[in-house]
Amino acid sequence: MAKIAILNYIKRSSPVHELTGTTKLIFFIAWSVTSMVTFDTRVLVCMLAVGAVIFKVSQIRIRDINVVLGLAAVFLLLNNFFIYLFTPEYGVELYESRDLLFTIVGRYTVTAQQLFYHLNITLKVICVVPIALLFIACTDPSEFASSLARIGVSYRAGYAVSLALRYIPDVQREYRNISQAQQARGIDISGKDKLFTRLKNSVAILLPLIMSSLNRIETVSNAMELRGFGKKDKRTWYTRRELGRNDWLAIGFAVVILAAGLIVTFWDGSRYFNPFLRW
Amino acid sequence: MAQPIISFKDYGFQYTAQASPTLHHINLDIYPGEKVLIAGASGSGKSTIGSCLNGLIPYAYPGESTGKLTIGGKDPKESSIFELSQIVGTVLQDTDGQFIGLTVGEDIAFALENDCVPQDQMKETVHEVAKLVDIDHHLEYAPHDLSGGQKQRVSLAGVMVEQVKVLLFDEPLANLDPAAGRVTIELIDEVQKRTGAAVIIIEHRLEDVLWRSVDRIVLMDEGRIVADMPTKDFLSGDMLLEHGIREPLYLTALRYAGISITKELEPQHVESLTLSGEQKEKVRSWYRDNAGLTGAKKERRELLRVENLSFGYTPEVQNLKDVSFSIEEGEMVSIVGKNGAGKSTLAKLICGFEKPTSGRICLEGRDLSGDTIKERAKTIGYVMQNPNQMISKPMIWDEVEMALLSGDMNEQERKERVEETLKICGLYPFRKWPVSALSYGQKKRVTIAGILVQRPQIIILDEPTAGQDYHHYTEIMEFLKELNTQGFTIVMITHDMHLMLEYTPRAIVFCEGMLLADTTAARVLNDPSLVQRANLKETSLYTLSVMCGIEEPQEFTERFIAYEEARRRR
Repeated sequence: MAKIAILNYIKRSSPVHELTGTTKLIFFIAWSVTSMVTFDTRVLVCMLAVGAVIFKVSQIRIRDINVVLGLAAVFLLLNNFFIYLFTPEYGVELYESRDLLFTIVGRYTVTAQQLFYHLNITLKVICVVPIALLFIACTDPSEFASSLARIGVSYRAGYAVSLALRYIPDVQREYRNISQAQQARGIDISGKDKLFTRLKNSVAILLPLIMSSLNRIETVSNAMELRGFGKKDKRTWYTRRELGRNDWLAIGFAVVILAAGLIVTFWDGSRYFNPFLRW
Repeated sequence: MAQPIISFKDYGFQYTAQASPTLHHINLDIYPGEKVLIAGASGSGKSTIGSCLNGLIPYAYPGESTGKLTIGGKDPKESSIFELSQIVGTVLQDTDGQFIGLTVGEDIAFALENDCVPQDQMKETVHEVAKLVDIDHHLEYAPHDLSGGQKQRVSLAGVMVEQVKVLLFDEPLANLDPAAGRVTIELIDEVQKRTGAAVIIIEHRLEDVLWRSVDRIVLMDEGRIVADMPTKDFLSGDMLLEHGIREPLYLTALRYAGISITKELEPQHVESLTLSGEQKEKVRSWYRDNAGLTGAKKERRELLRVENLSFGYTPEVQNLKDVSFSIEEGEMVSIVGKNGAGKSTLAKLICGFEKPTSGRICLEGRDLSGDTIKERAKTIGYVMQNPNQMISKPMIWDEVEMALLSGDMNEQERKERVEETLKICGLYPFRKWPVSALSYGQKKRVTIAGILVQRPQIIILDEPTAGQDYHHYTEIMEFLKELNTQGFTIVMITHDMHLMLEYTPRAIVFCEGMLLADTTAARVLNDPSLVQRANLKETSLYTLSVMCGIEEPQEFTERFIAYEEARRRR
């Protein structure tokens, strides 16, 4: 069957792949928290450098994930655009100083402070997105559920994630088959028709797809119950691996990043690193 | 006498959602180590019995029960589905849907994980059981890398890890090609011998199950048990057809030859038959008497031509390799071969869903490669396996009319065309009905009507009878045959050997993307090497004719089919 792979597990051998899912999950959480909280440019730049090294080590190449990276870039641009559209002088407010460079029109001024603010927003996203993608691309889906369970998420919820991963390819295949058969009956969703017709037509594909997915759900939930899913409060995991030396090192490193990032950020009492402050 | 492990005493059951009971006065005991086949047409209640055994009733499907049922000494109402699952292990019909894990190993381990078995012990058990069903070299595989038969092995291993006392198989043959089905029956037999578990098989494909001995057959009809007896006695009666189950072909052939089936014949397998010289002569004389039935082939006009067609979903794998054949107007053809042989891919190429890497497809001499899916659909119709994959309107009329809406017909023309189509399909009386009020077979007709309404010259059907019992199978196939006599050319993708033999004079056989044979259906099934390479199964008629010393087994099969058809006509 043709592969419609946009974002999925990419099997390679690298130190990042060898870490357990739990380690990667903890690392990912620590990393995201740090980069979400901090507005400290120094921290962000350091993280960016570390992230680039991890990416290099992981053996995942840009072209493996270029579709999603492209999408992320579009959202980043839109995000920046709207921030500027609604609050063109937010940076001034934030950094409590104003260095006007030039004015576009009316209230749309360009200040050094605003540009600096946008730089920080962009850095934050550039820090998080590649690591998030790396987390998905380097973690064997079999380990997702057990990793979630290890950090305290209910295994029932964890398994829901795992099952979704299991059935996505099936549903994609089914969608393809149904849509081809319906196209043969004059259903066109390719764009020549008007928007309303296209919406109406997509129902002709979605309805059978939903019906068949509901059947699938019934089968799998019966199959799971018949094999004792949910019998006990806990369960063990076939694919879980014990944490090794590298795992502890990675977790330790994650904690260091988190701690160092937060300490540097809040040292002067504010989330925002302010180079404009004059003493 | 040992205690029965399962015991129904005057048991009845009614689903909450239904107006009348599905099971009535069931009395059935199953003893440890027994092998029992529960047969019956769709809607006979055989699957409901299965659900009572594994606890889905009452836990997943609530309802009202009467009488008494004990499983391993327990009353299911006072126990839990988990407790029951440790006594009765169930292999469901849908081999794909019940695959829970992301790999074979994980899936087999699922029940152990839920039981909090420590990991090292779990790995050991999984390995042991996987070895037992011969899947231990595939533990790392994902479900979509496995064949249907392999998936079934995984399901079986998944329930065997619990060391259950009863193994329950719900229509284990439904999704398998004939050879894989045969291997499954052998596997079930072997597993039972090694573990000593009781085995219950729910299936309507009697002849296929009887490939290996079964101790007892329980026949269900309309929610009641109508027979419960040892296989030999069961087959010597003639209650099968009455209750919508197809009798093994070799027995039908014997009956036609005027031999009455008795216990003494050992009728449980074709190989075990003990025919006297006199009886063999009877078969031979029947064969001679029916020489005139098989007619000569008619000359027809070529309609579809496939030339040197090759295709691969990825550049590395070739799903079809240099395939050429042609189909003539008014033909009814089967395309057969094992799962993954390229049959469905071929259909997709013909319909224009995929583009060939090389070669071409011509209709009435015109190259189709420039035509879009929509344009091709006017001449080539495609019907998916499951009607639920196609039906997208609540009302029958709308569903059938759908394909016309995007064309250039006016309302009056459309109305006439839909009415005419509904009449062809025998759906005219239901034209104002909602689709949901129809049976499975009728829904199938609606989807076929939805295609016919465009008046294609060829209709391609993917597994038109999959999962259907004999009654519905006959209903669907007779309908298709009727369409065929009205001039529609019909191509069917199937792995039902009976369908191919009985309804399609010609069969095109595929194996690993290549066209292996293009000949008569009877010839295909009487060529042992072809049968083996294409994962088919020779018919018991072949074995019977060899046993009776008939020199041309394939001719025997052809005469048998012609004779059956002539009988049906009368």
